[in-house]
Amino acid sequence: MRTSRLWRALPWNGLGVLPFALFALLFLLLPTANIVAGAFVDGSGDFTLVNIANLFTPEIMNAFWLSIRLSFTSALIGCALGFAIALAVVLGGLPAWVRGVVMTFSGVTSNFAGVPLAFAYVATLGRVGFVTLLLRDWFGVNIYALGFNMISFWGLVAAYVFFQIPLMVLIITPAIDGLKREWREAAEVLGATGGQYWRMVALPVLGPSLLGTLALLFANAFGAVATAIALTGSLLSIAPILLFNQIRGDVLQDPHLGYALAFAMIVITGISNGVYVVMRTRAERWIK
Amino acid sequence: MKRMLSWAAIAVGVVYFFLPLVGMLEFSLKMRRGEYSLDAYRSVMGDPQFQATFGYSVLMACLTIVFGVLVVVPTVFWVRLKLPRLRPFMEFITLLPLVIPPIVIVFGYIRLFNTSSWLPLTGSALGTDFLLMCGYAVLALPYMYRAVDTGLAAIDLGTLTEAAQSLGAGWITILARVILPNVLVAVLSGAFLTFAIVIGEYVFAALLDRPAFGPYLVWAGGNKAYEPAALAVITFALTWACMALIQLATKFSKHTRMPR
Repeated sequence: MRTSRLWRALPWNGLGVLPFALFALLFLLLPTANIVAGAFVDGSGDFTLVNIANLFTPEIMNAFWLSIRLSFTSALIGCALGFAIALAVVLGGLPAWVRGVVMTFSGVTSNFAGVPLAFAYVATLGRVGFVTLLLRDWFGVNIYALGFNMISFWGLVAAYVFFQIPLMVLIITPAIDGLKREWREAAEVLGATGGQYWRMVALPVLGPSLLGTLALLFANAFGAVATAIALTGSLLSIAPILLFNQIRGDVLQDPHLGYALAFAMIVITGISNGVYVVMRTRAERWIK
Repeated sequence: MKRMLSWAAIAVGVVYFFLPLVGMLEFSLKMRRGEYSLDAYRSVMGDPQFQATFGYSVLMACLTIVFGVLVVVPTVFWVRLKLPRLRPFMEFITLLPLVIPPIVIVFGYIRLFNTSSWLPLTGSALGTDFLLMCGYAVLALPYMYRAVDTGLAAIDLGTLTEAAQSLGAGWITILARVILPNVLVAVLSGAFLTFAIVIGEYVFAALLDRPAFGPYLVWAGGNKAYEPAALAVITFALTWACMALIQLATKFSKHTRMPR
């Protein structure tokens, strides 16, 4: 049986990925494209930039600004503490079992986010929480009388840091593993002190990894909704909660403004993930 | 000195992570006045709402795992075998669910599949369930893809496929009886991770209005005192179990794989 040349030239191999392509198109790409497109048309379907311009109201800008500060602060704290823990585990001269325990524990806690995390926090720092009572009964300190509030900026930061630290540990540990012993020895042979080695060799090499992970943690916190909703009952006006309320009940009274809101969120998480990818390629130049 | 600092860093981590865990455990035991008891757990377990929503989410997680494996394993196999040039593209696509916030994806679903659209999935309960399953498969895609891709990288696909073909096996047989058993450990770790993601998921289920465990958790958080802590303990234990099973699967594979 002879098959025609045209018949054979058709990309039949492509058929194998057709189910996946269909799945990705229908349930990932098209829904997102739909939202993005909706952000740039008005009620009658004509192209417009009005929706984007309408984002610049105090209500929406404040929500975004609060979200950005919240994500950035929690990412920064998560980065610092996670880095310290990872350094301790890899280079701190601790017994080998500590590393295994820390890594496993990080794997679990980085997946323990969302609603249950909020409950754990209420049970710990809520009005009759474990630590609240502990401080009151043992040390005579009433943190609520001192103005502490779980449904506040720092209350949320404390909760977010809980899933930021383990993520940082999981991502940065391989990077620290990549620091070669020879570099340190070479620096020491040339007369460098420990501080100089860190400032001029180790930190520049780790820099891209640190910055990249910071960007990833930022995006991670920016898109998180469930923890904040369970903790604040959708009261705190951060960008994802605003979008959540918009989807539920059109609180902005303009569906297309909702799409613009979603589009702005994609832009922000997209940029920070882009930073992560660029930084990771840079970091891999050293770690081979 | 260095070791002291290291222990200090670990100690800070331990305090930060154990206080909330101890806090939730202690709080969940305090339902009865003046003594520790398992009353909160009894109350949770006896709640028909808990049983229904938890059962629903477990079923959802299992369906998502099966669906995800059926979509991902043949695709990764095929791309690695026949279309290696597509790999960077696949990497990009499977990374997208981490880039696009889940709330935006589900917003797109509501717009794209509403009752007046060309594919009105949200019109019926079954259709919405299907949509939710697909959404969860998308959420789990980055993890499932990477797990399977790493698993397939470790075996010699070309040789195995040719050997199976020369013995007369078709594609289905190759996938089910040659490839899948070889990457079972990778698939299992992807599966347990999927389970951990799906079981307490809130945003998709709430916005698609399905009676899943996540929305029940939020409802309990607003209406009960001690039960939420008990629910958090249960969820934490489940997450822990999933991760332990992944480790176990990986360890098991190290013993069975022949040294090269």
